[in-house]
Amino acid sequence: MITAEQKPIEEIRHMIMPYKKILLLGCGSCVAECAAGGEKETAMLASALRMAAKMNREDTLIQEKNLDRQCVRDFIVQLDGIIHLYDAVLSLGCGAGVQAVAEIFPEVPVIPALNTEFLGQTKDQGLWLENCLGCGDCVLYYFGGVCPLARCSKQLMNGPCGGSRDGRCEVDPETPCAWQLIIENLTRTGGLERLESVFPPKDWSRKQGRGPRKIVREDQQR
Amino acid sequence: MNQESRLKSILEKGIFAVTAECGPPRGADPDAVLKKAGMLREKADSVNVTDNQTAIVRMSSLAACAILKQAGVDPVLQMVVRDRNRIALQSDILGASSLGIRNVLCLSGDHQSFGNQPKALGVFDLDSMQFLQAVRAMRDSGLILGGEALTKPPRLFIGAAANPFADPMDFRVTRLAKKISAGAEFIQTQCIYNMDRFRKWLQLARNRGLTERVYILGGVTPLKSAAMARYMKDRVAGMDVPQTIIKRMEGVPKERQREEGIRICVETIAELRELAGVKGVHVMAIEWEEAVGEILDRAGLLPRPSLD
Repeated sequence: MITAEQKPIEEIRHMIMPYKKILLLGCGSCVAECAAGGEKETAMLASALRMAAKMNREDTLIQEKNLDRQCVRDFIVQLDGIIHLYDAVLSLGCGAGVQAVAEIFPEVPVIPALNTEFLGQTKDQGLWLENCLGCGDCVLYYFGGVCPLARCSKQLMNGPCGGSRDGRCEVDPETPCAWQLIIENLTRTGGLERLESVFPPKDWSRKQGRGPRKIVREDQQR
Repeated sequence: MNQESRLKSILEKGIFAVTAECGPPRGADPDAVLKKAGMLREKADSVNVTDNQTAIVRMSSLAACAILKQAGVDPVLQMVVRDRNRIALQSDILGASSLGIRNVLCLSGDHQSFGNQPKALGVFDLDSMQFLQAVRAMRDSGLILGGEALTKPPRLFIGAAANPFADPMDFRVTRLAKKISAGAEFIQTQCIYNMDRFRKWLQLARNRGLTERVYILGGVTPLKSAAMARYMKDRVAGMDVPQTIIKRMEGVPKERQREEGIRICVETIAELRELAGVKGVHVMAIEWEEAVGEILDRAGLLPRPSLD
């Protein structure tokens, strides 16, 4: 999933300052799973902003709405006829959601309430970990199911570096050394011999070769 | 201007090699490099120039190497993959060779979060292994990554680093083997304080025949104080300073700790010279270049032999 965290309230207040009528727009997908932009967080942010406005004697109208997915046109069009009642939208979607809403309703400013973080997993309650770069050319097979690009601090494809100690990363001892995990996994499941040869340089054109990427699927088009 | 790598010639003649280290200044000050050149010129066969070590901005290693070269020192250009993508790395390899630099050490580099630019983007387009392979192909086949031919290949003696003290232990020697297959002709190791572990690593390397395929130079760093020993143990990534060394430094009064550090260093060099498979020593006297001459003199490695 795409993970995100809410921006500091002061930064949000600074961005919405010029507007009187603001729609807080939550998203029921990834950002709900990571407790940053779901219905609950949207309600909490709305009441925090209302309270701040009241304390500062600001005459601001703050209302809420939630979409199941803010990054998909079919859901965004539910805002038709509603969005124009507001001076601005404060989106609790990820960066993709913010831009998708802004593109469909170009006359209304759409402001991000979240910092979009990474592609990751919910490891535990209240703990999300980055484990995918979205590089466009998955290499997990070769590395025992642990991505060295996303999870090694130096993106080593031929690790571990000299800073791996007791299975921890030198950059942050809270982080397991990805290469320790790769070696352990391949030792357990077989395939350690794959690490004997030098893994060739990554083809980054699959990630950023021609600027922003797109997927075109004619079989899916109407 | 000498057109060959002195380091390569020394190693090929079977002479126990000595390399030292020069950290470039934190400013545009060529005199600081020349001063260190003066201290190291007659003492070491070749001098490594670090590449923004610990991710702190300094004069570029390429520029400092060029200054050393003009001052009559055989420089070893350290290059890290942290700050440059494959276009810049390959370009600097060509530039280095064109300036008469004849040795390169291919490294990953300390992570940017450790230095004075923690907001920097870490590039890591290639890793050190892939970089080694690229440099070797440039030199031997005259080809850059992707297969295009160079008008003139670079002339470089190619090296890599190894840390015998990092984990997982068993894989350390596999990684050394990979670096050799990737193109490393010489290896400079992390600072050796834990001689037992170094011996184990070397034994594993010998068992795989690796010491016959690459020149290994053992790394040493003289300790200035007990505080430095503790700092290196606790705070420097990949460093293994056993308690016995710390106790020994703590066991002498402060004003004699530098002497004790030098003594430990000289003893380590003596042990390294006895080990089959170790072909030289790499003295990294961090901001203490003036100690290098004394250490090498007491280790019986001076004067350096003439190659003429």
